Amino acid sequence: MADTAYVSASQDDRKFTLNFGPQHPAAHGVLRMVMDLDGEVVERIDSHIGLLHRGTEKLLEYKTYLQGLPYFDRLDYVAPMNQEHAWCLAIERLLGIEVPRRASFIRVLYSEMGRILSHMLNITTQAMDVGALTPITWGFEEREKLMGFYERASGSRMHSAYFRPGGVHQDLPQDLIDDIMVFCEEFPKALAHIEGLLSENRIFKQRNVDIGVVDEKTIMEWGFSGVMVRGSGLAWDLRRSQPYEIYDEIPGDVFEVVVGNNGDNYDRYVVRMEEMLISNDIMKWCIENMPAGEVLLAGTKVSPPRRGDMKRSMEALIHHFKLYTEGFHVPEGEVYAAVEAPKGEFGVYLVSDGSNRPYRAKIRAPGYPHLAAMDHMCKGHMLADVSAILGTLDIVFGEIDR
Amino acid sequence: MTGLTEMTEALRDLGEHISAAEACADVVKGYEVRFGELTIHAERDGIMKLARFLKDDNQCVFETLIDICGVDWPERSQRFDVVYHFLSMRLNQRIRIKIETNEATPVPSLIDLHPSADWFEREAFDMYGIRFAGHPDLRRILTDYGFEGYPLRKDFPLTGFTQVRYDDLEKRVINEPVELVQEYRNFDFLSPWEGMTKELPGDEKAEKEESSNG
Repeated sequence: MADTAYVSASQDDRKFTLNFGPQHPAAHGVLRMVMDLDGEVVERIDSHIGLLHRGTEKLLEYKTYLQGLPYFDRLDYVAPMNQEHAWCLAIERLLGIEVPRRASFIRVLYSEMGRILSHMLNITTQAMDVGALTPITWGFEEREKLMGFYERASGSRMHSAYFRPGGVHQDLPQDLIDDIMVFCEEFPKALAHIEGLLSENRIFKQRNVDIGVVDEKTIMEWGFSGVMVRGSGLAWDLRRSQPYEIYDEIPGDVFEVVVGNNGDNYDRYVVRMEEMLISNDIMKWCIENMPAGEVLLAGTKVSPPRRGDMKRSMEALIHHFKLYTEGFHVPEGEVYAAVEAPKGEFGVYLVSDGSNRPYRAKIRAPGYPHLAAMDHMCKGHMLADVSAILGTLDIVFGEIDR
Repeated sequence: MTGLTEMTEALRDLGEHISAAEACADVVKGYEVRFGELTIHAERDGIMKLARFLKDDNQCVFETLIDICGVDWPERSQRFDVVYHFLSMRLNQRIRIKIETNEATPVPSLIDLHPSADWFEREAFDMYGIRFAGHPDLRRILTDYGFEGYPLRKDFPLTGFTQVRYDDLEKRVINEPVELVQEYRNFDFLSPWEGMTKELPGDEKAEKEESSNG
C-alpha cells in the first residue's frame, strides 16, 4: 500500500508512519497522505494536496469572462457542466440578466446528466476500492452514453464549454432530445443491475456499513455539503432550499430530497444511487416540459450574434469581433453564486471592478472541506477503511487543487 | 421581483439586528445589501467575537463556514480583504463578512470555532501571505514544496518567477528562472470609444503640445 514505511523515533514498535500516495489507485488522483498508525489503527492523517494545482484563480484574473469559462470544465472534470453553471450564474447575477426559459431547461437537463456522471463514477470506483471490480465496467458504459450526449450538444465529450452567460451555446436538435429520452427509459434498468451487484453484497456491506459515520456536529463544524450532509439525515439540497433556474417548478413527486439515516459510507452509497434515479426523473420531466424558443439571450452584448446575421449585418460582425476579443463588461460588485454540484455546494465568489475581466474569482470546491475533515473522520479507523472513506468523500483533485 | 425585495428587506433586518447587537457593537463597522446578499464590514480583531455571535444567536445560526478567501487591493494601505462566507442551514440564509489587513498584521484564526477554517486559512496564507494568529499549523497547502512568493497577489506575475524541468545531466528536477521564448502577450482589448476611460488614447499628446506652444 505504501512506498515507504518506517518506525518513527519513539521506541514503541507499534507506531508507524506511512506514506500513502501520491500515486496510488485508491487516492482518486494525486493525494499524498502521511499517516501515523498505531498498529493498524489510524491516529493522524496529514493530507498533502496541491499536486494538481494549476492556478485557475490566477488565470481567471487574466482572462475575459468568456475565456474563463472553459477552466471550469477542468475543475471537477467528472461533471463539467455543473461547474460552468456556477460561473454563469455569478456573471448573470452581476449583469442582472435572466436566461431564456428553454435555456434554463437545457441547463437543468445537463446538470442532472452531470450528477449521474459523477455519482456513477464515484459509486463504482468506491466499490473498486473495497474490492468489487465489475460495477465500474458496467457503470462506465452508461457514462459513455451520457458523454455522447455531451458531445452531441457541445462538440466535446468532457470539456464542453456549453453553458454561457445568458443561456447555452447551441440549441439541442430534436433527435438528440429523443435519444436522451430513450436513455432515460433504459437507465433505471441498468442502474438496477449495478445495484444488484452491490446493495446486498456481503463484502461491500462489511466494508461500508458503520464506517466513516458523519454526525451533525461534524457536518456543521467541517463545512460539509451535498451527499455528505444528506447521508446523515439532513434534508439540505440547494436545488430545493435556494432554488436556481427552474428547480422550484419541478413537482415534488418528481424531485424529492433523499436522505440517509446513519451517515455512514453505506448510506451515502444509497443516497447517491437514489439521487441518480431522481436525476433521471428530472431529466425526463425537463424533456417533457421543455418549451420552444431561444436558448441564448438575443440582442444583448453578452451573447454572440447568430451566424446568419453575421453574413448580412455589419453591426453583428463587429459585435462578434468585439465579444470574442474584448468580451463584455460586468458591472462593479461582488456576488457569491452556488449550485448543488454532485459533490456538494460548488460556489463562485466573483469580484468585479467593472472591466472585462474578473478582479477576483474564488472557487469554493465542495471536496476541499470534505478532504480537510479526513483526519477527523478517519481517526480510530483501520488502515483499510481509509480508502473506503476517501472513496465516499467523492474526491476529485481537479476541483480541490484548482 | 417582489421575492427579491422581500429578501432584501429580510437581509436588511438581519444586518440591522447584527449591528445593533451588544455582543459585537464595536466590531461591526457597517453592512450593505447588494445583489440579494448581505455583507458585513467588521473590525479585524473582533472577528472571533463576531463569528461566535453569528453562530450562537438564534436569529443568525451561521453554523457552517463556507469559505475564507483573500482579495488583494495593492493601492490600499490595508491591502488585503479577508472575506468569510457563512451559511445557516437551519434558517436558510447566507452572510458575508469582510475585514481588512495587510502583510504584517495577523488576523485572528477561527479554527477553535470552525475547524474547517484550518485549510481555508492555510490557503489564504499560501496565496496571499495573510497571517492568521492562533492557527496551529500555518503551512503552505496548494503550492509546491519549497515554493516562494504569494501567487495570487496582484504584483505576482502570471508566469511566476521560476520554472521546473527535469535535467538529464543532473538526473533530477531543477528550478530555474522563467525563460519565455516569446514575451507573454497581454492585449488591452478595451474599446477607447465606449468611454471606458475618461481619457482617449492620444489626447495627452495634444495637451502636451498645447502647453509647450502656449
